Amino acid sequence: MPAIELAPAQTSGTTAAHASAALAEADRLMTVCNSCRYCEGLCAVFPAMEMRRSFADGDLNYLANLCHSCGACYSDCQFSPPHAFAVNVPRVLAEVRNESYAQYVWPRALAPLFARNGMAIAIAAAVSVAAFLFGFMALNDRAVMFGVQAGEGAFYRLMPHNVMALLFGAAFLYAILAIGLGLRAFRQDIGAPSGMMRDPGDNWQAAQDTASLRYLDGGGAGCMNEDRQPEKDRRKLYHHLTFYGFLLCFSSTSTATLYHYVLAREAPYPWWDLPVVLGTLGGIGLLIGPLGLMRQKAVRDPVMREPSGRSMEAAFTLMLFGLGLTGLVLLPLRATPAMGTLLAIHLGFVFGFFITMPYGKFVHGIYRYAALVRYAQERKALHGTVP
Amino acid sequence: MSAVDVLVIGGGNAALCAAIAASREGARVLVLEASNAFWRGGNTRHTRNMRCAHDQATEILTGPYFEDEFFEDLLRVTNGQTDETLARHMIHESKEMLTWIAEQGVRWQPSLGGTLSLGRTNAFFLGGGRAMLNALYATAERLGVEIRYEAEVTDIEIDDGMFLSATIGSTAERIEARSLVAAAGGFESNIEWLKRYWGDAADNFIIRGTSNNKGTILKLLLDNGVQEVGDPTQCHAVAIDARAPKYDGGIITRLDCVVFGIVVNKNAQRFYDEGEDIWPKRYAIWGRLVAAQPDQIAYIVFDASSLTLFMPSLYPPIQAPTIGELAQKLGLDPAALQGTVSAFNEAVRPGTFDYKILDDCRTDGLTPPKSHWARRIETGPFYAYPVRPGITFTYLGTRVNKDARMVMADARPAANMFAAGEIMAGNVLGEGYAAGIGMTIGAVFGRIAGREAARNARN
Ligand SMILES: Cc1cc2nc3c(=O)[nH]c(=O)nc-3n(C[C@H](O)[C@H](O)[C@H](O)COP(=O)(O)OP(=O)(O)OC[C@H]3O[C@@H](n4cnc5c(N)ncnc54)[C@H](O)[C@@H]3O)c2cc1C
Ligand code: HEM
Ligand code: SF4
Ligand code: SF4
Repeated sequence: MPAIELAPAQTSGTTAAHASAALAEADRLMTVCNSCRYCEGLCAVFPAMEMRRSFADGDLNYLANLCHSCGACYSDCQFSPPHAFAVNVPRVLAEVRNESYAQYVWPRALAPLFARNGMAIAIAAAVSVAAFLFGFMALNDRAVMFGVQAGEGAFYRLMPHNVMALLFGAAFLYAILAIGLGLRAFRQDIGAPSGMMRDPGDNWQAAQDTASLRYLDGGGAGCMNEDRQPEKDRRKLYHHLTFYGFLLCFSSTSTATLYHYVLAREAPYPWWDLPVVLGTLGGIGLLIGPLGLMRQKAVRDPVMREPSGRSMEAAFTLMLFGLGLTGLVLLPLRATPAMGTLLAIHLGFVFGFFITMPYGKFVHGIYRYAALVRYAQERKALHGTVP
Repeated sequence: MSAVDVLVIGGGNAALCAAIAASREGARVLVLEASNAFWRGGNTRHTRNMRCAHDQATEILTGPYFEDEFFEDLLRVTNGQTDETLARHMIHESKEMLTWIAEQGVRWQPSLGGTLSLGRTNAFFLGGGRAMLNALYATAERLGVEIRYEAEVTDIEIDDGMFLSATIGSTAERIEARSLVAAAGGFESNIEWLKRYWGDAADNFIIRGTSNNKGTILKLLLDNGVQEVGDPTQCHAVAIDARAPKYDGGIITRLDCVVFGIVVNKNAQRFYDEGEDIWPKRYAIWGRLVAAQPDQIAYIVFDASSLTLFMPSLYPPIQAPTIGELAQKLGLDPAALQGTVSAFNEAVRPGTFDYKILDDCRTDGLTPPKSHWARRIETGPFYAYPVRPGITFTYLGTRVNKDARMVMADARPAANMFAAGEIMAGNVLGEGYAAGIGMTIGAVFGRIAGREAARNARN
């Protein structure tokens, strides 16, 4: 009788030590997948996996942030549960990805914010909205707060422009700093060279892959939902609405800032002016997009979902919806007595969004983008081109 | 008058291609699949590609593969054991499969920067065989094909070559239909049946695919006067990791490292030339070779210099700092393994190692020789994989004609019975194998069988 065990053994990973159970499981799965490779045409994860023979935590965090959670490799896998090999790549990579956000956060002391993220984001948003409301009321005359303001500079009668710019500028700069440091931690963890984010070609490739969400469609077949009809999936569309809606809102604010300082033209602007048009379109995107994403999430096959991320995802999506909603409501009512209150609420949402950017699901876009840059770089090194 | 025009038994590639084709001919189709929805499509769910003839390169195939070349390849791998008329017909029809299969919703994988060695001859399913099946099922359902799971057929009523009804074992329900397509696979999952030809050795076989292809339908058909085709001992069998589960370990238990080391049996003796020819041409003989060894077990032994030359394995190789310790871990006699490795090392002639070609690294004066890629096994740590025969599928089947219609023992065509897939693979595959041809047999004859069965039902 041979000394080795010849019974159907549970499979194992390539590396003995992992920082978490999810990472250990991801190693086991990538070992299964690397001996199979049937999914290599579906997305970037499998080709990146094939460039490796063993999977340390950094490799797994990289692969997890490359994954777009489309679900194709689950329904295509001959070894998914109830097969004993129990391969569920989307779910395990989602868990690893969610854990990785806390690992890279700056300052590290705030990592626990990811543990009950929905609660944390909700509190931050509520406090921020309340602070603006009470601040407006405390600092403004009742007549100003609840009166009708019209003409150039109407908003700034409630909050001086310089104060607004300073406050939001500071919050935004802080977010940029924290996100940048998180990005550096990610880059170091995945073992990428320090110049990773600086190559124009790789950034161009990643920007295209991001702008089109190239990998959010199961290799062209669509994302897998409960109805098992991936061609009916609309996640990509709703994400585009959300993503571009957000970008439009951001450019609306940027244009308005330029108008103010460069052209010395003060808000509110007429409905046909650039900041209003951009903001309105963006706001509509932020209404439909997040609602659609939540709907898609609801019809997703529960076996592929990772419950630990649920509150974080919901908080982020609702926050974006709140941004869009409060902005859009402000537009038609800006010449009414409700303006003061609505402005306070909208600014509260925006401020809350800025300061929580580094501490919630927003970072998924950052790490995913960075992972795509790294992938472009690896492909180039291997094949000389990006496919 | 029965409610069903075409009854399809089975739920794999052959069955679904038949069901779709029959449905497109206007027939009312019922599919009876033994397994539940997860395990549906027995062996098909483990596949990856399909061999198709084509006259020019496409987005998914790197170059032309003409009908004649396909046929020559088939002649070579089967040693001429093929029905030329049927084989040529299948190869001709395979050309259309590239578009027909795609029209049924299956996606092909664009050829990926030359990483696939079969990129010219074989078309790869995007996402593999289960993705392919999911698409076929979705299409069949959309066409109104009725599919019943956990509906294993345990009896068939046949009267003089005329199918009358089938019985579902679990419910004892009798189902009549105007014509039958049998697409229920070979008998590879039936260890007792395998034992008739292999003896107790079959207890040590590992079945790479489904546990549902027990050959029940095949046996019922043969017992009812359908003509048998093929040698019952012939099958596709490779050497796979001995740690694999008994069934459904699938593609990932294969090992591609025989050419890099030596292979010994449980007495630590070599038994075949590991470097006879390039691996794609030889991998399919190793299942039978290991089956002929005592206890049907063997060990691929190699050293650190080869560890990263082949695709990563599912189970890690067993590792030890010395050959003696490796033998102990494997349960082999350390002195015997040491002796075999030393004798091999001494026989290795100097050469230039290149595993991509038939290189000049060979042994001299050793029996059996290692004709290529022979390098000393001397750099620790040393590694081994235990291997057993892994059965892919069997070739014994029902004889069919060009219309996929079964032929009776007295050479008359059956009245209303058709067959496709593994259950008739022996018509084309007398022995040997060419990668991707299992799916060609299933898809081409499945489509023909469905079409003909539907026409038959109309008359
Ligand atoms: C690991 C592995 C990898 C492979 N890779 C490839 C590849 O890449 N390319 C290739 O061409 N070939 C490949 N093959 C071979 C290929 O799987 C088969 O040739 C092909 O799938 C056979 O199709 P089929 O429809 O005849 O049988 P199957 O797909 O096995 O379908 C038979 C069906 O019949 C059902 N059934 C059995 N008995 C009954 C009954 N009594 N009542 C009702 N239903 C029943 C079974 O449940 C099963 O679903 C591979 C095989 C394995 C095991
Ligand atoms: C930079 C590149 C980005 C990429 C590659 C990307 C990709 C993805 C993917 C693949 C998902 C679905 C999978 C998952 O749940 O994690 C997702 C979810 C989401 N994204 Fe993005 N995203 C990016 C940036 C953004 C930005 C900038 C926003 C908005 C500010 C945004 C908003 C959302 C929302 C609201 C969800 C749904 C949250 C959920 O329910 O999980 N994304 N993104
Ligand atoms: S997910 Fe399943 S089918 Fe896809 S590569 Fe991994 S093991 Fe293979
Ligand atoms: S879920 Fe989609 S993106 Fe993620 S690994 Fe699977 S196929 Fe790739």
